[in-house]
Amino acid sequence: MSIKVRIPTQLRTLTAGVGEVSVEGSTVGEALKALDVAHAGFAERIFDDGGGLRRFVNVFLADEDVRFLDGLATPVADGQTLSIVPAVAGG
Amino acid sequence: MDFVSGLRCRECGRAYPAEALHVCDFCFGPLEVTYDYEAVAATMSRERIAAGPRTIWRYADLLPVRDTSPVDLGAGFTPLIRADRLAAELGLGELWIKDDTANPTGSFKDRVVSVALTKARQLGFKIAACASTGNLANSVAAHAARAGMESVVLIPYDLEAAKITMTSVYGGRVIAVEGSYDDVNRLCAELTSEQPTWAFVNVNVRTYYAEGSKTLAFEVGEQLGWQAPDHVVVPIGSGSQLTKVAKGFEELWKVGLLDEEPHVRISGAQAAGCSPVATAFAEGTDAIRPVKPDTIAKSLAIGNPADGWYALDAIRSSGGSCASVTDDEVVEGIELLARTEGIFAETAGGVTIATLAKLAAQGVVRSDERVVALVTGHGLKTVEALSGSVGPTATIAPTLEAFDRALGDTYEPAHQPAARSPR
Repeated sequence: MSIKVRIPTQLRTLTAGVGEVSVEGSTVGEALKALDVAHAGFAERIFDDGGGLRRFVNVFLADEDVRFLDGLATPVADGQTLSIVPAVAGG
Repeated sequence: MDFVSGLRCRECGRAYPAEALHVCDFCFGPLEVTYDYEAVAATMSRERIAAGPRTIWRYADLLPVRDTSPVDLGAGFTPLIRADRLAAELGLGELWIKDDTANPTGSFKDRVVSVALTKARQLGFKIAACASTGNLANSVAAHAARAGMESVVLIPYDLEAAKITMTSVYGGRVIAVEGSYDDVNRLCAELTSEQPTWAFVNVNVRTYYAEGSKTLAFEVGEQLGWQAPDHVVVPIGSGSQLTKVAKGFEELWKVGLLDEEPHVRISGAQAAGCSPVATAFAEGTDAIRPVKPDTIAKSLAIGNPADGWYALDAIRSSGGSCASVTDDEVVEGIELLARTEGIFAETAGGVTIATLAKLAAQGVVRSDERVVALVTGHGLKTVEALSGSVGPTATIAPTLEAFDRALGDTYEPAHQPAARSPR
């Protein structure tokens, strides 16, 4: 399944400046791992030592925080958009 | 010249120059402004501060930007009011209210925005933007107008009417988003990647912006005669203000402005309908679980608080506490403060006062402590919260008889001839 992933400024050095890339995967976790395969370096930036999302990384599936869904195990459908967004904002 | 030595990631410690950065490129941790405290200590003095303007800019030596003509509407140096009548109701001893309703647009946000836009202008930004629960929107729109900058303010569509009017009147663009504040915040965080020339004060300028809240601690210290209080009660939205109040007291000591080392207990106040920090505190965990807010305290309705973890840490390491109060208690808190001290606070102030009352009843805030409660926004912004709770005592015909009937025997009759003095 083809998933669009929106990339924040801080990570665009890994995608040659591109703000949106497409990857394959059937869950949020699979899609993010595929992102690391296509553009080496993503995993160490967004995952902590335990393999979970870093404390200050938010991931949204179709604009919903995946922590309100099933986290990295959340299934994704063809054509959906994932956004990686720095968590430190607002207030 | 300012005394900023650079930026440092709070998580991994990586150092960055003082540019338009807000999170660590590596781990996404928040960047914190660092200062050359020895140089500040050699320059800053009580006399130098006293000779400064009666605004936040009297503490410019500990702010992240220096400008002879800052973006300024007069934020800060708000009254610190001794609240004996409220203290008596709550069984407390020495209680003070930091009355930030007195700021130019009626909330503490003027402190952070004055700093943020002064820095943004220095960094070359032409457009001021933000994600806001209302108070920040008011302040960004007003300060941008003052500075001759364009503004784009994003708010949840269902904010209180006064907050929308108070934002729109300044002539900038106001975008009402069909979603919660957390949705607006996510949208703005994504927009900063697409609009890198816009200064989103609480996103890509947040590192500098947040420093403005330290002035609350600076003022409290100065207004108490260069002494720190024993206990401060602070409302929590994102948690930024609370962490910066803690930093402010530490800095006062570090640069030699206090006679005694401060040991300030810091307690947090949340609304029960949005209490991720209070919940984590009660459960004794480090993990802040995001929530979907449902409370009348819209200015604190941030379900995913960016500085929640740091606020929790500041509370625990200071020996403070954190509690939440229901919407009914928020309204009671607003009325209690108004009735006892003549200060009309918005819902966030109701959260602070109701939480103070709760912590006092629990013996957490003690009668032997010098206590300061931060009241951070004006009640006229959230009059909806009081509809049905307060109103006219009576509605009458314009006659003396009707007046006497309405007030019954609670007062002396107004038209008693004997009460008139002879000519």
